Amino acid sequence: MNIGLEAGFADPVPDAQRCFRAVLDAMAHPGRIAHAAGVTAPYPLGTAAAAVVLTLVDHETPLWLDSDAATARQWIEFHCGAPVVADPAACGFALALALPDLRRLPAGSHESPETSATVICQVASFDTGTAYRLSGPGLREPAVLTVQDLPRDFVSIWRRNHALFPRGIDLILCAGDRLTALPRTVAIEEV
Amino acid sequence: MFAVCVRRWNGGRRRSDADCYDNSTIFIPHCPRGTFMKGYNFAYLDEQTKRMIRRALLKAVAIPGHQVPFGSREMPLPYGWGTGGIQVTASVLGRDDTLKVIDQGADDTTNAVSIRQFFARTAGVRTTTHTGEATVIQTRHRIPEETLRENQIIVYQVPQPEPLYRLEPSRVETKRMHALADYGLMHVKLYEDVARLGQISISYDYPVMVNNRYLMSPSPIPAFDNPKMNRMPALQLFGAGREKRIYAIPPWTEVRSLDFDDHPFRPINAHQACGLCGATDSYKDEVITDDLGGRMFVCSDTDHCEQRRAATVQRHGPARPGHRAVSGPSDETGDDGSGAPRHGEAATP
Repeated sequence: MNIGLEAGFADPVPDAQRCFRAVLDAMAHPGRIAHAAGVTAPYPLGTAAAAVVLTLVDHETPLWLDSDAATARQWIEFHCGAPVVADPAACGFALALALPDLRRLPAGSHESPETSATVICQVASFDTGTAYRLSGPGLREPAVLTVQDLPRDFVSIWRRNHALFPRGIDLILCAGDRLTALPRTVAIEEV
Repeated sequence: MFAVCVRRWNGGRRRSDADCYDNSTIFIPHCPRGTFMKGYNFAYLDEQTKRMIRRALLKAVAIPGHQVPFGSREMPLPYGWGTGGIQVTASVLGRDDTLKVIDQGADDTTNAVSIRQFFARTAGVRTTTHTGEATVIQTRHRIPEETLRENQIIVYQVPQPEPLYRLEPSRVETKRMHALADYGLMHVKLYEDVARLGQISISYDYPVMVNNRYLMSPSPIPAFDNPKMNRMPALQLFGAGREKRIYAIPPWTEVRSLDFDDHPFRPINAHQACGLCGATDSYKDEVITDDLGGRMFVCSDTDHCEQRRAATVQRHGPARPGHRAVSGPSDETGDDGSGAPRHGEAATP
């Protein structure tokens, strides 16, 4: 019987390790573009978004999917075994094709800020779109990140998130086979 | 210090071949040197554990200096011997990495040798003693003298991640103090030091403020090393296995040693040049050389010391006994000196 499910990582152990190092590198250097590979992504996900999900999500992490990402729900449930939750406030990870309302996601507590959600958001491109200036830990000097597809008022959305520190959402942006990360510590302004 | 325990599985047979190694503190089945051990997952830990640690590491990087709880596993060596560091290293390590492990600055001490061989066998990674060649450096109680560069990762073994532990034993309380950034207690402790002793009397594990928010234990590195943490180009990861905490400092992050305007932070070091390489700017260990009161100060960072001596030899030829080296203030520049406490270990495959 062919259930039409794409495979996961071709070589799970080294593929997951490489993808993790790409995410770690991006989280440690906000805005730095890293590459992910090793997986045939299920529609509508790109290689990077699919690889990040396989690398970080499992049965211990409640996952919330937006309506577009839910198309890949069967694939995610099969490969990760993650409990998919309907309430974004109950998630550990959120996978979305459009930036969700960050205020509906858990931002952690002051005593345990690490319990906040990580949003994996797929965007169109890092080559064209709006340019943002990033500054904060991980950056020797302000860096510029170009992203297509983030909401028009992303800078003010992020300012609210950044102001919650040490609480706050961490964002992993994926476009095709490329990814970058915006931890809560990074300050963002439009160029 | 520690009793050396040799526990090597050899199928019940005595072995005498050359690929045996000594001073193993880690219980791992024997396999010939240079080969990759079968029967375990890459780098020992299972993938589910790695995912859990990786998630904790990402949150730790996103909240610099904050201690993230994690499900520390039993490792094939006791808590307190570097289990936290090993678990962090196992979770970040890949086939392309080159690993260096130091213990108090030295590559050739029991724990460093064991942990390096553990990963050489369970992950088949390249290992090195040269700071510059390593992509991942696991350390106990020192930061290498050579400035770390961007894209290197340094993993610290941490016995006690809570900087307020000696002042407030309750985890519930210290968690709340971190939440409120209420670090008055630590300032009072430093003030009492000054009032009683005229100076801050902490020589290692000197508390730091990370990114102007979290009070953090730098692990028991000498206060001498604290300034190296500030705006370090490398990523700093900390693992406390027994205490089940992971924390991190992203590159280029401000790390400030606590002090007072009128009693500024002062790193402490022996006022002696290294007895082997003559370095005056490195951290020194005092070493007893005989039972007649003989002693010498030598670089704690063995790789740094060896490279300096190798450079001296290249410039001036090997030092002869009784001959004063041109560049060093000490009589002993060669590593042939009697009582030279350290010798380098060649890079393992």
